[in-house]
Amino acid sequence: MTAMLWLIPAALALGLLGLGAFFWTMLSGQYDDMKGAAERILMDDDKPIVDDEEDH
Amino acid sequence: MATLAVDITHQDATAFVRHTPGGVNELDLIVEGAHCAGCIAKIERGLTEMGAVKSVRLNLSTGRLAVQFEGHDGLAGEIVSKLKSLGYPARPYAPETGDDPRAKEEKRLLRCMAVAGFAMANIMLLSIAVWSGDGEMDETTRTLMHWISGLIALPASAFAGRPFFESAWRALKARSVNMDVPISLAVILAIGLSIYEASTGAEHTYFDASVMLLFFLLIGRFLDERLRARAGQSARQLAAMQASVAHRIDDQGNVQAIPAQDVQPGDHLLVAAGDRVPVDGEVIEGEGSVDAALVTGETQPLELEKGSEVYSGMINLDAPLTIKATAARSDSLLAEITRLVEAGQQSRSSYVRLADKAAQLYVPVVHTLALGTFILWWVMGGEVRPAILNAIAVLIITCPCALGLAVPAVQVVASGRLFKEGVLVKSGDALERLATADHVIFDKTGTLTEGRPRLINADEIGAESIELASKLARTSRHPLSRAIADYTGMGDTADAIDETPGGGIKGHVAGRDIKFGSARWLGLPASPDDGSDNLEAWLVIEGQEPVRFVFADQLREDAVKAVDDLKHRHFQTELLSGDRAGPVRSVAEALDIDKAESGLKPQDKIARIQALIEEGSYPLMVGDGINDAPALSAAHVSISMGSAAEISRSAADLVIQGDNLGVLGTAVDIARASRRRVFENFALAAAYNCIAVPLAVFGFVTPMIAAIAMSASSLLVTGNAMRLMRR
Repeated sequence: MTAMLWLIPAALALGLLGLGAFFWTMLSGQYDDMKGAAERILMDDDKPIVDDEEDH
Repeated sequence: MATLAVDITHQDATAFVRHTPGGVNELDLIVEGAHCAGCIAKIERGLTEMGAVKSVRLNLSTGRLAVQFEGHDGLAGEIVSKLKSLGYPARPYAPETGDDPRAKEEKRLLRCMAVAGFAMANIMLLSIAVWSGDGEMDETTRTLMHWISGLIALPASAFAGRPFFESAWRALKARSVNMDVPISLAVILAIGLSIYEASTGAEHTYFDASVMLLFFLLIGRFLDERLRARAGQSARQLAAMQASVAHRIDDQGNVQAIPAQDVQPGDHLLVAAGDRVPVDGEVIEGEGSVDAALVTGETQPLELEKGSEVYSGMINLDAPLTIKATAARSDSLLAEITRLVEAGQQSRSSYVRLADKAAQLYVPVVHTLALGTFILWWVMGGEVRPAILNAIAVLIITCPCALGLAVPAVQVVASGRLFKEGVLVKSGDALERLATADHVIFDKTGTLTEGRPRLINADEIGAESIELASKLARTSRHPLSRAIADYTGMGDTADAIDETPGGGIKGHVAGRDIKFGSARWLGLPASPDDGSDNLEAWLVIEGQEPVRFVFADQLREDAVKAVDDLKHRHFQTELLSGDRAGPVRSVAEALDIDKAESGLKPQDKIARIQALIEEGSYPLMVGDGINDAPALSAAHVSISMGSAAEISRSAADLVIQGDNLGVLGTAVDIARASRRRVFENFALAAAYNCIAVPLAVFGFVTPMIAAIAMSASSLLVTGNAMRLMRR
């Protein structure tokens, strides 16, 4: 019984943390450009930009 | 990304630079051709190399590039050139002023959905504990679980239920009912009852069911709103891409580029050859001709002189004009058209959406059943508590969730598919109306035809003469010159070129004088009118016979397919145009259109559409010009081309990007398939109710059953909607 008394609030607190994090992502505009975010991870910082277009 | 059929050659980016305190300038551009990580890297690093640029951020989903730079405004032009040299042509973009209410509503629904989802998951945590402990869990623990559930459910449903409560309240104040009334009633009663049950230590509480109800319904509302918001954003983007620039002449005679919306009546504006007239006005200096195709549908250029009126949307052809901006007079063409468009939209808003029609049936039936259940149990058992319990169970189980999801789920999938085909759907009910359309009305110029002349007798003339003509034509912006320049492509130009507005061009090639222009200017006898209304021009090479060039506004390649497709789908076809009888008749014959009328004004088109509506037809209007806008908003459903005038694009329900007419048949198919799916979903929801309601009336529904029933019906309805993705 005592275990439940602190487990349940702990579960709820974690859930609230998740909800808060979701609101933060919404407010900081992370959903405005889904395609761009997906592509940016593929950007290579080490290679210099080649001038002519690569074939895609 | 849509490509514009209109060639906006030199939109001046300096007009769109915004100055912020702190000395930093901001500029928004729409970039074409960016589609991958490499593009992002090229653009962002390429611009950062320019020392003046402080920050660059590309939004790949919208194509919008936000640049911050220091220095004078002229650098904006350098930024655009740099982008062009990198391979990504860019245009200035006038961002929306202030917050868009659609986007705010969408975000609000997303927040409510997040809270409802969080509450649902956590309450379910506790409910499952109670259900699995059935028989073993003692009363105090169970009551504790119920109270904690209530603690979560109360604030969550107060926050997440607001969209429904507010809408239900509005409907009740107007003495009518909508779908949100039974929903709000169910949620409030369920939570109230559950609190009572928890305080008496009873076995069942319905906190989980009420929050789950809210969650599923919010998904439906969110999808519906997102559809509208995304369509609105794309539509505004199309409009912003054609943001027009005006060149204002101040008292000292300096010319300054400003956004067209900043023009004040009485301003003197310079309209260069090739530019679009930005606002209505009167010519005060200069003479020449303008292309009025977008405004009246006529393919022949209009001759202008001092004192002539010009309207926004006309393209200046050959000589710079100075115009004085006039205030929108109440009897001006654009004001008249705007009035007609608004009248059409008013009558459009009385269309009752399928979902609302279902609600009108659903609401009274459900309330009667719930009331009947209450009375039944009260009379039969004599106790109030089981009567209330079962009445509320009926309210919850009839699960408006399936109904609330039935329509939005289908419409979101359908418009996603249409978007891939290049058709932008502005709202869910546009799809519903397209599905029932049975009579199509086409505009001619710019819709069925390309809207600009093309050289048609190239074979007769011979490559050498064409090349000579193009050496002159490349320097001019007259539609006929453009037609030749497009035919031959880039190349060199003649020497000593001199263009006479409204007449022709002359120049020097390899020692010979060449002239290219109208018969009248060249002193040649005019050709007899062969009734075809084709435009002509003559090429005179020193010492040789004049060569005749013939031009015509060609049909779009896919026009035949589009008309055929619609005829196969049992549409009556009709052509209504503002152009003259000759061209209209030949287009109608070429495409085998049933009826055609010419020389029509906007009011005449509306009259014809209203006559059709009164006969009981459902007309679909396809058009592009400013003179089509009133008809587009008066028709049962309307489609405009992506290159259409802005007022037409905003009056239409669907916009075909890229001017791809051939997609019309597919669009109708998808709309009709959606309608079938929606009815299937209604049937599924009704079938489910037939099983669930008797269970509730006779008291067999526990919270667990309610939760399972809700989820199952919602999944079923959504799954059925997904079938649209394939067919």
